[in-house]
Amino acid sequence: MNAGITRLRPATAAGLLIVLFWAAMAAFGPLLAPHADGGVMSAQVFDAASRAAPLGTDYLGRDMLTRILIGARYTVGVAAVATGLASLVGTTLALCAATVGGWTDAVLSRLLDALISLPSLLFALVVVASVGSSIPMLVATAAVIYVPGAYRTVRALAVNIVAMEFVKVARARGEGTLYLMRAEILPNIVLPVLTDFGLRFIYVVLLLSGLSFLGLGIQPPYADWGSLVRENIEGLAYGAPAVIMPALAIATLTIGVNLLVDGLAGRRGGGDGR
Amino acid sequence: MGGKAPLVTVEGLRVTAGGGRSVIVDDVSFSIARGEVVALIGESGSGKTTIALALMGYARAGCTIAGGRVRVGGVEPIGLAPAALARLRGRTVSYIAQSAAAAFNPAQRIMAQVVENALIHRLRSRAAAEARARALFRALALPDPDGVGALFPHQVSGGQLQRLMAAMALITDPALVILDEPTTALDVTTQIEVLRAFKRVVREQGTTALYVSHDLSVVAQMADRIIVLRDGVVQESAPAAQLLTAPAHPYTRSLLAAAAPAPRQAVALPAGAAPLLRVSGLVAGYGPPDARGLPAVPVLHDIAFSIAPGSVLGVVGESGCGKSTLAQVIAGLLPAARGSITLDGEALAPRAAGRTREQLRRVQIVFQMADMALNPAHSVRRILARPLQFYHGLRDAALARRVAALLDMVRLPQALADRLPAGLSGGQKQRLNLARALAAEPALILCDEVTSALDTVVGAAILDLLAELRRELGVAYLFISHDISTIRALCDQVMILYAGRCVERGGRQVMQMAPMHPYTDLLLSSVPELRPGWLDGMSATHLAEAAGGLTRAAARLACPFQPRCAVRLEDVCDRVPPPVQPLSKGASILCHRGEAELLRAQATAAPLHASAD
Repeated sequence: MNAGITRLRPATAAGLLIVLFWAAMAAFGPLLAPHADGGVMSAQVFDAASRAAPLGTDYLGRDMLTRILIGARYTVGVAAVATGLASLVGTTLALCAATVGGWTDAVLSRLLDALISLPSLLFALVVVASVGSSIPMLVATAAVIYVPGAYRTVRALAVNIVAMEFVKVARARGEGTLYLMRAEILPNIVLPVLTDFGLRFIYVVLLLSGLSFLGLGIQPPYADWGSLVRENIEGLAYGAPAVIMPALAIATLTIGVNLLVDGLAGRRGGGDGR
Repeated sequence: MGGKAPLVTVEGLRVTAGGGRSVIVDDVSFSIARGEVVALIGESGSGKTTIALALMGYARAGCTIAGGRVRVGGVEPIGLAPAALARLRGRTVSYIAQSAAAAFNPAQRIMAQVVENALIHRLRSRAAAEARARALFRALALPDPDGVGALFPHQVSGGQLQRLMAAMALITDPALVILDEPTTALDVTTQIEVLRAFKRVVREQGTTALYVSHDLSVVAQMADRIIVLRDGVVQESAPAAQLLTAPAHPYTRSLLAAAAPAPRQAVALPAGAAPLLRVSGLVAGYGPPDARGLPAVPVLHDIAFSIAPGSVLGVVGESGCGKSTLAQVIAGLLPAARGSITLDGEALAPRAAGRTREQLRRVQIVFQMADMALNPAHSVRRILARPLQFYHGLRDAALARRVAALLDMVRLPQALADRLPAGLSGGQKQRLNLARALAAEPALILCDEVTSALDTVVGAAILDLLAELRRELGVAYLFISHDISTIRALCDQVMILYAGRCVERGGRQVMQMAPMHPYTDLLLSSVPELRPGWLDGMSATHLAEAAGGLTRAAARLACPFQPRCAVRLEDVCDRVPPPVQPLSKGASILCHRGEAELLRAQATAAPLHASAD
């Protein structure tokens, strides 16, 4: 494991550290937060950094560090579940379409193309406006929006593998579709699929943050980083850290995932290091 | 060498890879006199291309020219400044690569690409360069030498493109031409016209050439002197005739032996056994079926044959004749449009999905590209274990024992079991493919060009293995190849395909006895022989037939060979489908001409390949 990390390029290692850091915060953030109840702890709103509030206070005088640590769960967690769902469904459908081919492929591809044609943010706004915002709703909406993209990417990768002769050998042996998908095709495209997962994760983080910023995402008293930025937007006039810090958190997460994904993609292109 | 200073001298050339860890070319010295054609011959990885590239001062990525001196016409290319190197490569030395299709820009007209080098180096005006190009087209025997320059690369055939690349290389009147496997990717009948064109140009222009090839028979036609390489070391260097008739080095002798494989021991077949596989009236192709249920792009027309248990049927033909499609149809990968396939008297469903597991088990397929047929993510053990679990339900210790036994059977070391396919050599990969097919304990193995991508010596070892497995296991093969010598070595029955039709079918002797179908005759006489002068001695009839090539329009004629055929009957062969005609030698052919007529026509041209077998 150690050797594995030292073999990574510095940028990839940095990306991995950032991602691991935020993943840990999403899991244990509430335990580490200095003001675990997340209540008002100061009369000073939009206060600068102090010993009691290392990242300043928000528009109600709550500790910003606590708010960000608690918010990590929503931003990272919701995005991870939504992306995982989108990738799982997209990859399964794509492998199925590429392996079976013919009509199955044509019907699936056209259906998902139709989904691609919907503008994603508008679609999300319509769904949230009509059904109302809740965490399961947000997860489902983000997943539906990003399934077609994952499907397209994986299908393009899989059709190249399907044309290879080892797949023909397996077909001639009489193997079923599930075996072909799982054992013959998937192991050969797993790295690019992971890369795609990382990229899609970033888009979902940005989509959810955007929805929250518009007030349609996670609802108070809970807050993800996008809603933290919106809540404290008035602090911009005072130069308060309260508005900068959640924005920075979003930026570091996306940059970290990006670096990690680039590293994965680079390993694929660089041939086998074995 | 007439006392003149040689044009090229190479002394102690040494090329390393991986920062000096492995030596690719070690202490190679030779010289080429002006006007001489020297051949570098060796198997893949012998360093022949690396040496040829070093003459242009070039080492491939990851390789370094670590020592030695190279002089080409008074210039030392190694370590030359970029500008001088560009001048050397553009004007003094030119290079003809294996794949002409990859060397031409598909978006530019041919003439612009042929004259480009002369214009870049300001050797000629555009008009003069184009006039020179047309003269070269004529010398290279290209059809329509004045018009071909206006075409795009995809509009000419592969053989023509290869000759156009030679024109591109010769436009600057280089002192040295390097030909790197220039005909390896071509069919034998196409190869003839390209070789003849090269030879004529080299002779007329007095060109000095370095000919790189793995094929001794081809080299025998072209070279004055042959240098045999192995693992980057010169094994033997001698005048062509001497090297071919009296090889001094054992390695040269093994190369010569592999070039003309001896027939493997035949197996006595039980007479009158029911056929294992019977195919009749098979029609198959690609694309959506039309109103009559025939495919949009028909590939196979009315193919019929049967294979007896434990026998070998060879299928011969040039690229595009449908031989690989035939294997895919039998394996159930491509459903046939018409016709029936029966295995042990039971009809097989057109698709693999419709066949029983037992039927699937009895027919296995092995592909040409050994590495493409192995899943790069699976270990050797897993690749072999899957068919054992799938067909025989083996598990645990029994499974491990059987995997080990299979590795032994194809002579792969047990230590390879946990490697991924990337860690195997080309020959080992093909052995693994065979072992996977054998794991099913099949009655029939479809071998699709299984030795074509391998070096001759490695391929010969695979042939030995196939012959031995057949003797021991009684397995039958459908053995597909474009290489007639391997077919001769292994097969009991032979089927010759042209444009998806079976033009001749019979015992092994169909390839040795006249009369034969005119295409069989052409195909056999197109196979290069090891004797120098074979190319110059080809009959005019065969040359005219070889020059044609199969066109799209000809494929729709009643007999697609009609436009090339020397004995065609005008207004008959192109309209009336030729009948299946039994010959007294025990074969049947698809031809309008009678046995006596063919015998007479082939007797006049016969002296050429009478000695072939």
